[in-house]
Amino acid sequence: MANALSNAAGSIQFDADVLVIGGGPAGSWAACSAASAGARVILVDKGYCGSSGATAPSGTGVWYVQPDAAKREAAMASRDALGGFLADRSWMRRVLDRTYDNVNLLAEWGYPFPSDETGQERRTNLKGPEYMRLMRRRVREAGVKILDHSPALELLVDENGAVAGAMGVRRQEGENWVVRAPAVVIATGGCAFLSKALGCNVLTGDGHLMAAEAGADLSGMEFSNAYAISPASASVTKTLFYNWASFTDEDGHPIPGASGHHRSVIAKALLKHKVYGQIDRADPGTQAAMRLAQPNFFLPFDRAGHDPFTQRFQVILRLEGTVRGTGGLRITDNSCATSVPGLYAAGDAATRELICGGFTGGGSHNAAWAMSSGFWAGAGAADHARHRGTRAQPRQVTRAGGVALTQGPNRPFDPERATRAVQDEVFPYDKNYFRHGAVLGESLTRLDGLWHKLRIADAAAPENVVKAREAAAMVATARWMFRSALARAETRGMHKREDYPNQDAGQRHYLTSGGLDEVWTSTRLAPARDDVEVAA
Amino acid sequence: MIELISEARCTECNICVAVCPTNVFQAVPDSPPIIARQGDCQTCFMCELYCPVDALFVAHDANDPAVVDEGQLIASAALGSYRKAIGWTPGSRAQRGIDQSFKLTEPH
Ligand SMILES: Cc1cc2nc3c(=O)[nH]c(=O)nc-3n(C[C@H](O)[C@H](O)[C@H](O)COP(=O)(O)OP(=O)(O)OC[C@H]3O[C@@H](n4cnc5c(N)ncnc54)[C@H](O)[C@@H]3O)c2cc1C
Ligand code: SF4
Ligand code: SF4
Repeated sequence: MANALSNAAGSIQFDADVLVIGGGPAGSWAACSAASAGARVILVDKGYCGSSGATAPSGTGVWYVQPDAAKREAAMASRDALGGFLADRSWMRRVLDRTYDNVNLLAEWGYPFPSDETGQERRTNLKGPEYMRLMRRRVREAGVKILDHSPALELLVDENGAVAGAMGVRRQEGENWVVRAPAVVIATGGCAFLSKALGCNVLTGDGHLMAAEAGADLSGMEFSNAYAISPASASVTKTLFYNWASFTDEDGHPIPGASGHHRSVIAKALLKHKVYGQIDRADPGTQAAMRLAQPNFFLPFDRAGHDPFTQRFQVILRLEGTVRGTGGLRITDNSCATSVPGLYAAGDAATRELICGGFTGGGSHNAAWAMSSGFWAGAGAADHARHRGTRAQPRQVTRAGGVALTQGPNRPFDPERATRAVQDEVFPYDKNYFRHGAVLGESLTRLDGLWHKLRIADAAAPENVVKAREAAAMVATARWMFRSALARAETRGMHKREDYPNQDAGQRHYLTSGGLDEVWTSTRLAPARDDVEVAA
Repeated sequence: MIELISEARCTECNICVAVCPTNVFQAVPDSPPIIARQGDCQTCFMCELYCPVDALFVAHDANDPAVVDEGQLIASAALGSYRKAIGWTPGSRAQRGIDQSFKLTEPH
């Protein structure tokens, strides 16, 4: 059923050594490192490289730890139990090294790091707009061609199953683009299911779907239920300051045990009644530091005329899915290659279990992973292209995309309806935050049914195709999530099973998942260690 | 969600059309752009940061449209307030380097 590339008539065509899909931190680091290795690089973004993705409007803490053995050891050890003992020390060390060097490069490039009272620069936080404006400048200066508002829709593969480029649309020009390249980096971010968490509505799992269609598999998709505290009607899911908050019910009674760190108590309460928060434990000095640290946190309050320090406000938990989860495309070696020749994955599109196991919450690891994995994936892709020899064009190139792109007997599906149907499975706290085998099974039956409906629908009309592919990618992602969640019959990391509330030492393994019409999971050994599961 | 393009301020540079990640704006020849797809707005506030003349306003409600009054927003200095807070206006450059996050995120 695969379409030959010749079907892509009326398109603008490019040749490159490396194509980077996605222009957040991971993609922009990948583009820079591929270009500095001498590759001809094209970067395409669904939105705009510089403002798009989770980092640009949010900002991130970064896992920037001085190269001091004791400090590094403490940094790694602090994550062990939280992540369910699934992180890999050798990857943690490499990421700490790479992140340290990359952040120091940002300083050299002019990022305005603040100084403390002793005059020493503090490099553990990056403001999103500053960071990503700088990265766009670096990408351009490296000679990379950027195509904004150019979502990728599907990968191209050659007769040997190796990746051969990608194609998509230029949505402001109403035309298609085709890039032929022997190496492609997937840096499309995670999947937050159009929940309107800050900056996340461009993150619909497109890269997961495209890669899976080319034969890639995923890992850790059970660690996909990150929820962030947010003022009820706002998008700002910045959560740090809730460590200074109190949480109350409608009548103003404190909710026992609820805190910024104990979000599951808030989720349980939200299943029964409205919840209110107030940042009432910050002294005036802390309040002032908060305003200078995260101006975006205060936007919804200032604009609604609310003082979050003195007045209660209603809160909800917004799904961030795999963005601040850890599941994503499986990485097969140190260059962040996937299981498909020529295809690399970086940032939130890839699994982050290697450095934080089954839990992140962002917490500076994701940012470190994005800049490190991006750096390696770009270099690996450039290397792959050089070895392939760019002039040796594959003879036969086919389009790997299926759902919403190929012909089918039924009418094209309605992307908004499909999106609502998948949101109905992944948003509710009693389905996805707190998981139960029977409930997961019912959700999967509905999601599998939905997928098969999408599969027999005809190709989407050009004006609908981006949203249709987004909806299909979210359905596929939800199925890998819930199939993996069902396969992990225990509670570990962020994955909470009501029917298996304990961590089980016998399940300290990774879960691989994949497949489209039939979704499957299998297990892989976690790195051996002598000190784990003491308290399991 | 995005609620306002001030026609009085807009210079028709179309930067917002380029930078909005979810493609909410539509360029119009010889006119300010229009908010063509408000339902796609993700309330990320990025357009405000990039508008060189503070002509845009994003209201706090991410779910439902709101009614805003341009005169009031100007009077309360709300237009451009976020750009100023992050140090991207000509008069606020000093703000860029005074991020206090390290006081809140690093162990003491
Ligand atoms: C509110 C919030 C706060 C956070 N705080 C922290 C923190 O303090 N510390 C931390 O470590 N992490 C934090 N994170 C996580 C961090 O932001 C992400 O890990 C990081 O942005 C990942 O970078 P990325 O490049 O992989 O993805 P993104 O930054 O999400 O970028 C993905 C890019 O891919 C593009 N794209 C998507 N689909 C397509 C397509 N089909 N074709 C072309 N382009 C496409 C998007 O437009 C986007 O530009 C936070 C996240 C959120 C939401
Ligand atoms: S960025 Fe500002 S000035 Fe430029 S077109 Fe948009 S609203 Fe007008
Ligand atoms: S707030 Fe964000 S999504 Fe909404 S119009 Fe502005 S840039 Fe676009």
